[in-house]
Order: sequence, then C-alpha cells, then structure tokens
Amino acid sequence: MMSESPVPAYAPRAVNGSDTAPPGSRPVLRTTIGTSASAPQQVGKQAMAMKIEIKDLRFYYKKYEALKGISLPIYDKRVTAFIGPSGCGKSTLLRVLNRIYQLYPDQRATGEVRFDNRNLLDPKLDLNLLRAKIGMVFQKPTPFPMSIYDNISFGIRLYEKLPQSEMDGRVEQALRRAALWDEVKDKLKQSGLGLSGGQQQRLCIARAVALEPEVLLLDEPASALDPISTLKIEELISELKSDYCIVIVTHNMQQAARAADYTAFMYLGELVEFDETQIIFTNPSKKQTEDYVTGRFG
Amino acid sequence: MNLYMRRRIANLVILSLSMCATVIGLAWLTAILWTLLTNGVSSLSLTLFTASTPPPGGQGGLINAIYGSFVMTVIGTLLGTPVGILAGTFLAEYSRNSRRLADVVRFINDILLSAPSIIVGLFVYTVLVVRMGHFSAWAGAVALAILVIPVVLRTTEDMLNLIPDALREAAAALGMPKWQIVTFICYRAAVQGLLTGVMLAVARISGETAPLLFTALNNQFMTTNLDTPMANLPVVIFQFAMSPYRDWQTLAWAGALLITIVILVLNISARVIANWSRVKQ
Repeated sequence: MMSESPVPAYAPRAVNGSDTAPPGSRPVLRTTIGTSASAPQQVGKQAMAMKIEIKDLRFYYKKYEALKGISLPIYDKRVTAFIGPSGCGKSTLLRVLNRIYQLYPDQRATGEVRFDNRNLLDPKLDLNLLRAKIGMVFQKPTPFPMSIYDNISFGIRLYEKLPQSEMDGRVEQALRRAALWDEVKDKLKQSGLGLSGGQQQRLCIARAVALEPEVLLLDEPASALDPISTLKIEELISELKSDYCIVIVTHNMQQAARAADYTAFMYLGELVEFDETQIIFTNPSKKQTEDYVTGRFG
Repeated sequence: MNLYMRRRIANLVILSLSMCATVIGLAWLTAILWTLLTNGVSSLSLTLFTASTPPPGGQGGLINAIYGSFVMTVIGTLLGTPVGILAGTFLAEYSRNSRRLADVVRFINDILLSAPSIIVGLFVYTVLVVRMGHFSAWAGAVALAILVIPVVLRTTEDMLNLIPDALREAAAALGMPKWQIVTFICYRAAVQGLLTGVMLAVARISGETAPLLFTALNNQFMTTNLDTPMANLPVVIFQFAMSPYRDWQTLAWAGALLITIVILVLNISARVIANWSRVKQ
C-alpha cells in the first residue's frame, strides 16, 4: 500500500535536512529582520533544515480515517504548500500541526510529528506553549472583538510582560511586517471589526507574527479575499518566509506555484507526491499529480 | 384556470388568513393597553411617588410598593444572573466532553423556564418562609432569582453558540488558555446578547405576582428591612384591584400602568441593544 511506503521523491533530501538541523538553530526574529532582503539569495540545499517531520500520521474524525499515513518533511525558511481537491485532508493535516483539532473531542491523530526534537502529538505537551511557537491564520479573517491595537497586544501579553512603550513597538513591528501599518496607524484604537476583509486577514497575520512563532500555518488565507488583497497576502508570504517556516493550504494552484518552494499533492487522505514546487508543476512523477495540476481532474 | 393564476389565488388566501390572525392577536394587546392607559393615566399623580399605600378611604401613593419591587428585582437579578451566566457558559463552552450532564442541565432548565411561577413561590415558601417563620423580602428576592436563572441561562447559551468556532480556534491558535478565550473573547463578542438576556429576565420578574405572594407578601408601610415582609407592585395591584374600595382600585390602575411602562421600556431597550450589536458587526 502506498500509505505504508515513504514517498520516494523527498526521501534523499529529507535525510540531508535532518542532518543539518542542529537543535539550537532556531531563528531569532529580531536579528533577522534587517537581513530579510538578502536571505533568499543565500538559500542553498545545504542550509536547509527540516523544521517539522511528519511520520505515518493518521487522523480520525470519530471512526472515519481522514489521513491515511502521511509522511512528509517541512523545511525551515521555506514555504510548503498542501494542494489537492476538497476533502483530501490538506486542512486536516495543517490542523494537526498546532493540534487545534483537539478543541473537538471526536478528533484524534496517531503517528509522529517531530518538532523541536519532540513528538508534537505527545499528550503531555503543553498545547498553549506549542501554539505560541506554531502560529495559525485561518480561512476567514477572525479579528477579536476589540481594538486593532489590542488584537495584536493581547497575544503578546499572554507570554510577555512588557512596558507600554515596548509594547507599542512590538505592535507597530507586527503591523509593519503584515504590511498593514500605514493603513491603520491612525486608528489603532478603533475596532478590528471595522476593517475590510483583506485588512482583517492581514491583522490576523500580524497577530500571529507578533508572537514571534517559528512556524506559520496558513489555512487558505486568501480564499475569502479579492484579487488585490490576495496579491498583498502572497507578497507578504514571500517576505515572511525568510524568517519563518511557512505551511500554506490552498485551493488555488497558481497561488501554490507562485508562493511555495515545496508542494505536497494530497488525494483522499493520502500524500500522492511531495517535491519542489517547480517539479510538481512541470515534471511530476505521478500521473495523478500531473492530471490534477493540469486541471484534468479535481 | 392556469397554474400561475391558481398560485396567485392560493397566495392571496394564505396572506389574508395570516393578516387576520395578526389583527386578532394585535387587537387584544391594543385593547389591554388602551384600557390601561385610559384608566391609569387619570389616576397618575405625584403622591404615587411620595406616599405609602393608604388604608381604605385614605389618601396615599405607592412609594413603598415601588421601592419594594425595585429592591427585590435588583437583588433577585444580582443573585440569579451569575448562576445563569455561569451555567450557560458551561453548556456552551465546557460541555463538549460531558454531553450527558449538559443534556440533563438543559432539560431541567427548560422545565424551570416554563414552570408556573406560583410553584417557585410555593417552593421558596416551604424552604425559606416556613423555616424562618415569617415572610420576608429576602425570600421574595430568592424566588425572583430562581425565575431569573433559566432565562439568563438560555440566552447565555444561545448567544455563546452564535459565536463562530473560528473565533475560538483563532484565540486557541495563539496559545490562549480556555478561560481567557471564554472571558476575553467569547463574552466580549457576545456582551450585547448577554445584556439582552439579563434585561429580558428583569422584565419577566418585575411583573411576577405569584412568587411574591408566598414570600415577600405585602407591607402597608415603607420599610428598608429585608428581613420583614415588603410591599411590591404586583401584590399591591392584586390586592387593591380585588378590593371593593374605589381609591384602592384607582391606585391599582396606576400601579399596573407603571409596571407596564417599565416592562415595555426594558423590552424595547433589550431589543435596541440586540439590534445595535447586529449593526455593529
């Protein structure tokens, strides 16, 4: 069965990646901001570290098996896209990575997800600390019912006690990173609910970035937005990837092709193929992948 | 006759029937309000708010009853609201792992919601009044609190259920602990709905007679001692309206008008608050 075997396309690279990932090599956001422009150039296969390693992951909604043994590496400072038709399990897979599925008692996962030298599925893991390290942005914008400023500062305050001036700085920094600062700097005290859809989504990205996570999970972040907002979000993703490990679920194949370095094609709860985005879209090894990316099915 | 004409005629018939039903329903309400206004307005006067209830044939007002109603409604609301909000929060936010218990709580609450208030009055009478040996405002407030709980519980659960799970997920995804998600995100998102529930509960208890009849009873004099029987508008209206004395009957009309106005204002503001939140979002 295909779910039993490792996916050949990534296997050699995965070994490489895990070898070059020293435990202390976590990126520190503040120090890398200045170098973000030059970061993409120094990308080489050697520098690539595996941030998360998924091994034989199975996921169940009650009795229904939604993920049938997924194995997949996710590299640091790269964008990895999950594509596939509706119901293929790509969002489910993403929701395992910060264990947000655990809000619902009928959902459970088995297998292993290595992150920070630990199995992320370990029941003893502190979920709140995990989620502070692995941020998530959802399909629909979800600003909290409070001011724009508080939307950002609320998350920070969960983990750090900062004097007002420093907090102001952090809020500004987060909003700048999400390319929202110029649009909202004069109305930070107004409700986040008053922003447009695209602005709300960037506010949510800013909110996630403000915690300085290591991984950013994006669940179809642009599917509810107009083309201009979508473009802004995509630009944002390509800027953020110099500092984060980004995983994005998308229905939009052009988006995956534009934004992602690696792409995983999933179908009916199984991983069909995982490789560099360019290869997935131009020279995939599986017929199914080719049919999907060329629009012949799905 | 073609299909289109038949459909139009059917539409006309149903529309007329439903209009008739609406008119019948509204006609009674209008008649009640009209009688209340014509009889009540003429008996309104400033002495209502300055003097206590008089003996038959004497001059007086309703200040002791107004005060008593106010105090017992406030205490009843203060006692019942926290229980209702917390229990509603349990049902909406914390019952995912204990569905059985939640179903039982919900079922009992539905019974309590539709329970005749006289039973609540009798219950408090047996539990408090008999034990204490006398009627008291405390007992009245407790009876009212028991009526507040199911209303607030139900609206709290409904309003919290209206909040999309996406918002809870977004908060949880920041690593926010559950209690903070509930208090800072869900309560804040539902605050108008929760307020509406409390106001509806206040509106409900401010007109209740039966539970007070068995608990606070009545008092001809002004008192601020919660350990003694206390006058209140519904019971005064009940007693005075049934009496043969003309001036008592006039006071009863005035009291009825006052209560109606208060309840109308509470209901309308509850609606305004609810609408206001909808517009804002």
